[in-house]
Amino acid sequence: MKVAYWPGCVSRGFTPELHGAMELVAPKVGLELAELDRANCCGAGVIAEHNQELADTLNARTFAMAQAQDGAELMMNICSTCQGAQSECQERLDASSEYREMINDTLAAENLRYEKGVTNKNFLWVLVEDIGLDKLGSLVKRRLDGLRIAPFYGCYIIRPTDRLGYHAHPERDTYLEQVIEVIGAESVAYTGSHKCCGFPVITMNKKTSLTQAGRHLGDAIDAGADALVTPCPLCHLNLDLQQPEAQKFVNRDLGIPVLHFPQLIGLALGLEPKELGMGKHVVSTKQVAAKVTALAATA
Amino acid sequence: MPNYTLNIRRYSPESGEPAHWEKFEVEMEGHRPVLDAILYARNKVDGSIGIRCSCQAAICGSCGVRINGNPALACNTLLRDAVATAEDGITIDIEPMGNMPVIKDLIVDMDAVHWKKVQRVVPWLIPAGEPPEREYVVPHEAMVDVTQTMACIHCGVCVSDCLSMEADPDFVGPAASAKAYRFVGDPRDAATKDRLVHLAEDPSGIYDCTHCFKCVEVCPKGVAPMNQIMRLRRRATGDFQIKDRNNGYRHEKAFVNIIEKWGTLHEAKLLPDSYGEGLLGKLNPEAQKNLIGSAPTAIRGVLSGKVAPIKVLHHHKLPDQKKVKDIYEKIHGRDERIELNLYIVGEDADALEESAAVAVTEEGTS
Ligand code: SF4
Ligand code: SF4
Ligand code: FES
Repeated sequence: MKVAYWPGCVSRGFTPELHGAMELVAPKVGLELAELDRANCCGAGVIAEHNQELADTLNARTFAMAQAQDGAELMMNICSTCQGAQSECQERLDASSEYREMINDTLAAENLRYEKGVTNKNFLWVLVEDIGLDKLGSLVKRRLDGLRIAPFYGCYIIRPTDRLGYHAHPERDTYLEQVIEVIGAESVAYTGSHKCCGFPVITMNKKTSLTQAGRHLGDAIDAGADALVTPCPLCHLNLDLQQPEAQKFVNRDLGIPVLHFPQLIGLALGLEPKELGMGKHVVSTKQVAAKVTALAATA
Repeated sequence: MPNYTLNIRRYSPESGEPAHWEKFEVEMEGHRPVLDAILYARNKVDGSIGIRCSCQAAICGSCGVRINGNPALACNTLLRDAVATAEDGITIDIEPMGNMPVIKDLIVDMDAVHWKKVQRVVPWLIPAGEPPEREYVVPHEAMVDVTQTMACIHCGVCVSDCLSMEADPDFVGPAASAKAYRFVGDPRDAATKDRLVHLAEDPSGIYDCTHCFKCVEVCPKGVAPMNQIMRLRRRATGDFQIKDRNNGYRHEKAFVNIIEKWGTLHEAKLLPDSYGEGLLGKLNPEAQKNLIGSAPTAIRGVLSGKVAPIKVLHHHKLPDQKKVKDIYEKIHGRDERIELNLYIVGEDADALEESAAVAVTEEGTS
């Protein structure tokens, strides 16, 4: 299946291991990635906060590029924040033909045009809804038996439900748990899985921000998790890159690795921790990597 | 008639006993609200169950509780919907709302948290000069703009689960912020700038919202408090250039400028840019402290091999960055910001037609 692929900024900037992992995993699950390398930042909600029309136009530009990709069945992202910020703009663009025309008038300068109703999905959704859990299960080369993984979604991919297609897909907020189980690992329940990592206020109120990150990490540790997994690179920044700093705000030692969602899939598909960029995290992934490499190949 | 099991969290401070769960069996039609079932249990089984309610029609805002972990109005949630979200498919968990102290069972202290925060935003009109002899004449559009915030019934459901408030109890919070926009957006109010300065300078003000969408998701009245907070920020930065000490203004400006210049985000530039105006710009003392505080973060990024040192300084421009710049120029050049509030305009005809078409096919196939 060919998809118009929008990796987002962070996955190529501060978390390059995410983009790298996705490129390795894609062919293994039958995805052909047509990268939108001329597209712009989704705005992460900040541009919309500054000027809605600007954010809507910039994202309509990306959608139009995706729609112009020959043979692409849908647009795919690998960032919860891109998903949320883009879905918000899409909701407005799709709601009013008059508004859409005004935006398309701006895009006409580039010979681009957005037609209502682009399908834009995070890799997590594509994996469960378009590739399917049965297929995924059959592709597993290394069941992650004994690995205890705590899911962390990121707000932008679970709320608000009416904007994010939960009416048609009511189980979207349980996909991480489902995938974790299918690849043989154990999904760990803890209070923070559907809460906020705190990233949006990291430069404005560090205490509010890292108290949130620190608590969720601590709860996952207390629940016995070996690692967290997240489909959002911004969550990854607060949970991994900032983890040493977060310890100060919750007055305890942390030290739990945080995997990007495609990395976890890659491990189950037989890829090695090193090629998935797991050496590039701030919190060491060594113990998880050792556990995984000790597992025998299933097929 | 179906049978429902209510699992109610009981707590009475004067008893000296810790909080505990207690189950009640209720026979009732599924289209009846959860509140009816709670009242049935109170009237028939245990008269000491504490629950606050009045209108039973989602108007008075007094019956906020958590149902299976989600905050909602008990009178506005049907039993059959509640049971659908029950973990075991049978038992409906009912607890008091969060972020507020419990007075008894399902009753929380709204005065101690919610109303105190509402008072903080000066929830009344501050007119310029003497009121007119007859009514104020206000443009229709201006009042339509604030109707969304006026729909608030002060139930505290959004306050219950606000994720910033969980981490910072001082946060002004969703409901009070929506109330603040009620007056900031009112053309009769003369204190617009003062209101915004207070909310922007307060470390627990509008820049303390972590943009988690919880309040948008749970509000039973469609107030979308987070959207109102974003509008407050937009007015504070865009209309009044309030350069707050929390770096809200700088963060927004730096982010928007980076995308204009480069097309994609350059995190390594964002940190210094959002704390001061450019690396070489003058930093205010608070910003300097923050920047130094985050230096270890950037260094950690380089050391872990995440970011090559060269990447910290160098960032590729998009191939057709000029086009992004043109979009910026056109939109910034407009006389006013264009905003499409779906709460007010609704979806237009072609969107509606399509959803009607979907409904038709669904019926056709079932
Ligand atoms: S904003 Fe909504 S949830 Fe919050 S107090 Fe008002 S009506 Fe209740
Ligand atoms: S979006 Fe902001 S105000 Fe709303 S619940 Fe989240 S942190 Fe609180
Ligand atoms: S009883 Fe009035 S809102 Fe529920």
